[in-house]
Amino acid sequence: MSIKLLTVIDYGMGNLHSVAKALEHVAPEFQIEVTDSRQRIAEADHVLLPGVGAIRDCMAEIHNQGVADVVSEVLADGKPLLGVCVGMQALMKGSDENGGIDCLRYFDGQVRQFPRNLTDENGLPMKVPHMGWNHVHQTVDHPLWHNIENGSRFYFVHSYYAEALEYTAGRTVYGPEFAAAVFQKNIFATQFHPEKSHIAGLQLLKNFTLWDGSL
Amino acid sequence: MPLAKRIIPCLDVDQGRVVKGVNFVNIRDAGDPVEVSRRYNEQGADEITMLDITATHEGRGTMIETVKAIAGQVFIPLTVGGGIRTTADIRDMLNAGADKVSINSAAIFNPDFVREASERFGAQCIVVAIDAKQVDDHWEIFTHGGRKPTGIDAVEWAKKMEAYGAGEILLTSMDRDGVKTGFDLELTRAVADAVTIPVIASGGVGNLEHLAEGVLQGHADAVLAASIFHFGEYSIGEAKQQMATQGIEMRI
Repeated sequence: MSIKLLTVIDYGMGNLHSVAKALEHVAPEFQIEVTDSRQRIAEADHVLLPGVGAIRDCMAEIHNQGVADVVSEVLADGKPLLGVCVGMQALMKGSDENGGIDCLRYFDGQVRQFPRNLTDENGLPMKVPHMGWNHVHQTVDHPLWHNIENGSRFYFVHSYYAEALEYTAGRTVYGPEFAAAVFQKNIFATQFHPEKSHIAGLQLLKNFTLWDGSL
Repeated sequence: MPLAKRIIPCLDVDQGRVVKGVNFVNIRDAGDPVEVSRRYNEQGADEITMLDITATHEGRGTMIETVKAIAGQVFIPLTVGGGIRTTADIRDMLNAGADKVSINSAAIFNPDFVREASERFGAQCIVVAIDAKQVDDHWEIFTHGGRKPTGIDAVEWAKKMEAYGAGEILLTSMDRDGVKTGFDLELTRAVADAVTIPVIASGGVGNLEHLAEGVLQGHADAVLAASIFHFGEYSIGEAKQQMATQGIEMRI
């Protein structure tokens, strides 16, 4: 069996080691490469778009480093693409963060801030960021949910969320109900961090490496 | 079904070994940090925090190797603290596989460091650690393992750190640390109610009931404990079951 290549796009935003290590753990048949090389990404079988921090900085680097073009080529080639956290938000129409930022418009939803005045079931204020393990309710039958129980908890850490619209693959409630995962053709993207979500998260990453990008 | 409260076992690490002191002295050896982390991961820990308690220059390389080894085997969030003073320190820990860093005395000496770190790496990975002791009717921040008072009010400091971009507060009662009589619940509640970011309660856990109190009475979003888990008195799973029976939302 030939070794397949999975590239994690390195555009200078944050910690890519966790996700690379988790992928190495679940997919020994893959070479995992954290890279900014357009050629290596073009050669890859699977591509992961990460992202942490502020959307303004992420989008600036996505444009400065030609990541927008790279993503569009990956999608045109039909390769499986997994977006994670701000990597998912970057695929939306736009974000209210940093005074309003245009994103890549692969999904028609807006990224909004969690309201500051939410209270939980005991009447206590709900903390922002939404940090920790929350349920994800699967809304479609998708190859990336294979062998993951519906309602499993995944690890989140974010202060902005994507609206749950028709592209939603999984929903989570924290005050508003939002898109925990979205899908379209050969794209799947998660607001949560599969690389930090123990058994369910590792299964999702494994499923991604097994996916051929078709539905 | 809401967000789960978190249980975070804490590893105090000295020269590559897990240790646990009582009031930061009388250190006991509790094993290899990689082994200990793996055990907690299997037991269902929600995150792991590792504090380099000596934080010497020589110890730094050992710590980075330990973080790398843990990050290759444990796929839950890992926070590393102790001696984090510069953005280069943060970058080194994140590159080794840590997900968050905990900043303590460096924040007191230079609060702008927290702002700079948050802007550069994102608030999600910046934990500000607060070591507080009761002084008369309020709590003050102490440094140097609880020996040096700073005169800073702990609740005011937590609010300031939130404004500077902290993503989370790790709040330790230096009066309770290691003495197993339970969290300082008044301190925990005062801080948790004063900020909108999550607060981790730390210091004083001696039994499972204490963990539940931290959430129910202290309003903590997460509870941190060391010795009750290290020496096998309780497993993480037992702790979660106990908390769940009191109506606390847990990941089980």
